[in-house]
Amino acid sequence: MSQTTSTIPITASGEPVWELPSRGVVGMACLIIAEAAIFIIFVVAYIFYMGKSLSGPTPQQVLELPIFGTICLLSSSFTVHYAVSALRKDNLRGCILGLGSTVLLGAIFLATTAQEWYHLIHDHGLTITTNLFGTTYYSLVGLHATHVVVGLIMLTLAFGLALRGNVHEAHSEKLEVLSLYWHFVDAVWVVVFLVVYVIGR
Amino acid sequence: MANANPVWEAIDETPTTRPRRLVLEVVHDWVTTVDHKKIGLMYIAYALIFLVIAGIEAMLIRIQLAVPNNHFVSPQVFNRLFTMHGTTMVFFVGMPILFGFGNYLVPLMIGARDMAFPRLNAFSFWISAFGGILLYFSYIGGSGLYGAGSAPDIGWFAYAPLTAKVFSPGHSTDYWTLAVFLSGIGSVGTALNIVTTTLCLRCKGMKLSRMPLLVWLYLVQGGLVFVAVGPLTAAQIMLLLDRYLGSHFFDTQAGGSAVLWMHFFWIFGHPEVYVLVLPAFAFVNEIVPVFSRKAIFGYPAMVAASVGIGFISLSVWAHHMFTVGLGAAGNTFFVFATMVISVPTGIKIFNWLATIWGGKIIFAVPMMFCVAFLFQFLIAGLTGIMLSAAPFDWQLSASYFVIAHFHYVLVGAILTALFGAFYYWYPKVTGRMMNETLGKWHFWLFIIGFHLTFDFMHIPGLLGMPRRIYTYEAGRGWDNLNLIVSIGGFVQAIGILIFVYNLIRSRTQGDIAGHDPWDAWTLEWAVPSPPPSYNFAVEPTVNSRRPLWDLKHPEDPDSDYE
Amino acid sequence: MTPALLQRRSRFATPARALFCGMSLFVGTAFAKSPALSPTNMFDAAATPAHSIVGLSTLVLSVTLGIFLVVGGLLLYALIRYRHRPEDSTREPAQIYGSNQIELSWTVIPILIVVMLFLSTTRIILGTEAIPKPASALDVTVIGHQFWWEYRYPKLGIVTANELHIPISDPSKPTPTYLEMSSADVAHSFWVPRLAGKMDVIPNRLNTMWVDPPQPGLYLGQCAQYCGTQHAKMLLRVYADTPEQFAAWAAQQKQSAQQNLTNPVAAEGREVFLHSACINCHTVAGTIANGRFGPDLTHLASRDTIGAGPIKNTPENLRSWIDDPNIMKPGALMPSMHLNQHDLDVITAYLTTLQ
Ligand code: HEA
Ligand code: HEA
Ligand code: HEC
Ligand code: CUA
Ligand SMILES: [Cu+2]
Repeated sequence: MSQTTSTIPITASGEPVWELPSRGVVGMACLIIAEAAIFIIFVVAYIFYMGKSLSGPTPQQVLELPIFGTICLLSSSFTVHYAVSALRKDNLRGCILGLGSTVLLGAIFLATTAQEWYHLIHDHGLTITTNLFGTTYYSLVGLHATHVVVGLIMLTLAFGLALRGNVHEAHSEKLEVLSLYWHFVDAVWVVVFLVVYVIGR
Repeated sequence: MANANPVWEAIDETPTTRPRRLVLEVVHDWVTTVDHKKIGLMYIAYALIFLVIAGIEAMLIRIQLAVPNNHFVSPQVFNRLFTMHGTTMVFFVGMPILFGFGNYLVPLMIGARDMAFPRLNAFSFWISAFGGILLYFSYIGGSGLYGAGSAPDIGWFAYAPLTAKVFSPGHSTDYWTLAVFLSGIGSVGTALNIVTTTLCLRCKGMKLSRMPLLVWLYLVQGGLVFVAVGPLTAAQIMLLLDRYLGSHFFDTQAGGSAVLWMHFFWIFGHPEVYVLVLPAFAFVNEIVPVFSRKAIFGYPAMVAASVGIGFISLSVWAHHMFTVGLGAAGNTFFVFATMVISVPTGIKIFNWLATIWGGKIIFAVPMMFCVAFLFQFLIAGLTGIMLSAAPFDWQLSASYFVIAHFHYVLVGAILTALFGAFYYWYPKVTGRMMNETLGKWHFWLFIIGFHLTFDFMHIPGLLGMPRRIYTYEAGRGWDNLNLIVSIGGFVQAIGILIFVYNLIRSRTQGDIAGHDPWDAWTLEWAVPSPPPSYNFAVEPTVNSRRPLWDLKHPEDPDSDYE
Repeated sequence: MTPALLQRRSRFATPARALFCGMSLFVGTAFAKSPALSPTNMFDAAATPAHSIVGLSTLVLSVTLGIFLVVGGLLLYALIRYRHRPEDSTREPAQIYGSNQIELSWTVIPILIVVMLFLSTTRIILGTEAIPKPASALDVTVIGHQFWWEYRYPKLGIVTANELHIPISDPSKPTPTYLEMSSADVAHSFWVPRLAGKMDVIPNRLNTMWVDPPQPGLYLGQCAQYCGTQHAKMLLRVYADTPEQFAAWAAQQKQSAQQNLTNPVAAEGREVFLHSACINCHTVAGTIANGRFGPDLTHLASRDTIGAGPIKNTPENLRSWIDDPNIMKPGALMPSMHLNQHDLDVITAYLTTLQ
């Protein structure tokens, strides 16, 4: 019985260096592909039902461009990028600053969305059940907002850890993976913005 | 085998004696494990249990349809049976069993010690397992407080607006939605893990162009899972919103579209069938060369064909919708896209043919199943081509011809290849061989039953028998055929029963296998059987696609030809 | 290896040809135009769309059969020829890693076959879906309901259910029937294999198909899209009538229900009917019954079947149906009205007068 014979091939060392991509980045890339597929379907549904509502209100009547929120969200991409590169240089204070402003900007974005929804529900009586516009609008924007919330929770966690001084240069790869997610959430917003507020109006 | 290689230094001498442990300890060990091999085995065990459940559902369907005007089950029960059978087989047998093999084999074949994210791996398994349990819980909770016994009855593709609250009151549809949703999350998790493991944890020298084809196919499958399962998840979310928050995605009364659901489902559904078949190809890619004693023919073409199938399969979904009235232009496009997929698939068939050509074919049980796979997949693909000719499909769609086509792939190709894989890797997993004689009984009974069932099932379809009917009138020319089909189903069941018995029996009574019983060439055969939890005592280095061939044939190593 | 592969192919060409002939014979006899085989045999085509599908199917079937015989034959040959024999030496066979020329040939040949199949398929698609509607066509609106069919003839002012009457179409001066289809609830599918391929009947969507049977007769089919509990008993009956028969049928269907019943039992039944919940769901033209949820009953007695096909229209069956539809069609959306025996008798008597 050859139970104990192992035949692992081993060759002499001195081969060229064997380098493979970081699994955090690859894993996050995979997740982003899967998430992108979900968003595409919601966007397609939005476009498909554009102008097909049987009753009002229509987007033309009630939607306003969320310029301020958009600026906040997009600039948070820069701040999180700054946080990562600061951490790479072991600049903990820069990292805290970057993370803090990212969380702040993200929170402002969420607040503007909440305000917009309040306005739509309260002043225009548009809910998810009102018509096809309500259905597709709330689900698409809501799905995006959910992702913002998830991202904010993780960023806040990182921010808290950084404040307590538990974050070091060694963690820069993990933070980079998180920042990739945040960039993705931003990119999705660009699409949502174009479809819902620019084309859809 | 020559012994000049430093390989023997890597021998792992740790004794494998295990102290007896309490049942609870064993259970705790399995429940909390993050070892890819144990998770793989749990996936497989879980899928086998569901295979038996869904198989029994199929048998009940066949009893009901054996004769015309039968009253064995009521229409309501029948509709639940085929919904549960289809959903279970696709989401809780097919997906988990294939992921189980992937989990077990991919790290071993690329010389890694575990998956890239072991805890995510465990999470994915448990979440899909929970999904399956939730689906069957609907038998208890489907009517909410109103009573028991109402599983979903909407069909496995759950066309809108039948799933709307008006037409499907109660909660059974929600159980279906949530179960499929959870299984989707688990699938994405596992696929993510397999892809990342493949890209990031290969051992030294294991370039992409040296990976075993099995790993390549799992890589493509993983990619397909990302882009295919996402749309299904999105559609399930929309359905839940419709049912619980009163939105109107698929509400035809409020201007919603029933066809939109069809698109979303099949954007998932078609790639899904390739998600299921690619691992079957993967097994055949490993088994056929070993039992033909030849290297796989046309490795680069095989890789290219797999990737090609992956991409093309994303653009063919509407061949499930030829009867929806897409218009001549839409139909024509999807006819073309669908037919084109036979080119890369043909390349695979021909390369397998060329691999056995000039070999020394050993008809051990794994190879027998692969041979059956080759013939059956060929026929299944050709009936697929018939369906892809849209006008022909206007007659055949939603008839028993379609049922026969896809069981030919799902049972005749995938399940058959899976059985081969069981016989092939069982010695690695348990250290013991499965019984050959029982294996042959299993093979012949299963194959004869399969052909009785699914060969004859094509004909009622051509004679106008629609699917999903709980009974039919006499005198339509369907009676005798259905009887044969039903009998065949039971012959299959006996075959599978023998298989299950063989699995259990060989665990304790099989011949001791040793680490490399098939004289094979890929890395998993280099470690002891069963492999230790860390897989490799020393990280291996490979110089070619067949590291163990190089080792066994130092005079003529593969690495010379690269 | 290449020449060997090519040489050997010719050797079993003869058995392959023999097998091909045998199989064609088998398929040919199985699906020959024998109505005895099945009244819903798609190869027993009786209208232009079905005919053109049979033409395409025959082509596709023979091409795929050819591929099967060639590839399957090669496989079989290789398995037998290259099996391991006990007397073989223990050396491994020659390792061959691939060949670009061979790879190319089995890429190009399938591509050519695919293009050929695609072009012939496209021809049939265009010939069925993309041809203009002639002025002589008859229009019928088909509305699918959970488990029955409603037919409306907008130009003739006829509304009926479950049994579709159409005129035959003389090929020299065609009078095809165009079906405009939609659904009142969930998705269904209209499939009468001898006339045409199926077409889905989907709510909030209009689909069209056409049929033109030249021979009079009854053509059967059934709903082909799962639509709920009684999908199985949502049958289709299409009566192709000669022009005279059709004109007579249409004239009769246009009339309202007879008002002055001579039979006192039926007259009483009429009163009971008009005072029960039936009228919420059923229409009898000329009375206050104008429900739309169930089939139109104005000319119920002129139909051969009830319950959308599966039940013969006899007084006993009718009585049992009204007593409790769930006995013969469990899951049908008509509730049992819990009528007493007397009311059942008189309503049945009334309904049988609705010629
Ligand atoms: C793993 C599963 C699997 C696989 C691999 C396939 C493979 C294929 N399928 Fe199948 N299919 C299903 C599972 C699968 N299918 C399921 C589950 C359904 C029904 C779902 C439901 O309705 O419930 C379905 C339904 C289905 C339909 C819709 C029928 C309908 O509902 O109306 C169609 C139509 O085009 C189709 C076509 C094809 C084609 C063209 C292939 C091709 O990939 C086949 C390609 C292979 C070959 C062609 C053979 C080898 C090639 C050669 C030897 C080269 C030479 C050949 C030529 C040049 C032609 N399939
Ligand atoms: C992987 C997928 C898979 C597999 C393996 C199978 C396997 C089988 N299927 Fe299934 N089937 C589907 C996927 C699959 N099916 C899908 C997706 C549908 C469509 C559903 C829908 O329309 O919504 C479908 C629908 C379907 C129908 C059509 C129902 C209808 O439209 O009305 C039928 C009818 O005969 C059928 C039969 C069978 C049979 C006889 C087997 C056999 O091969 C099963 C053999 C296995 C066993 C029997 C289990 C093991 C047995 C034992 C351990 C012994 C103990 C048991 C007994 C002795 C009874 N299947
Ligand atoms: C809630 C609505 C409803 C009520 C009330 C109702 N029916 Fe019906 N009826 C239906 C539906 C729906 C069908 C079609 C059932 C099917 O075929 O699946 C039907 C079918 C029928 C048929 C068969 C028609 C055909 O062409 O197949 C007859 C006859 C009939 N009903 C008579 C009656 C009588 C008599 C009453 C009253 C005593 C009545 N119905 C009350 C809904 C109703
Ligand atoms: Cu109507 Cu099925
Ligand atoms: Cu498909």
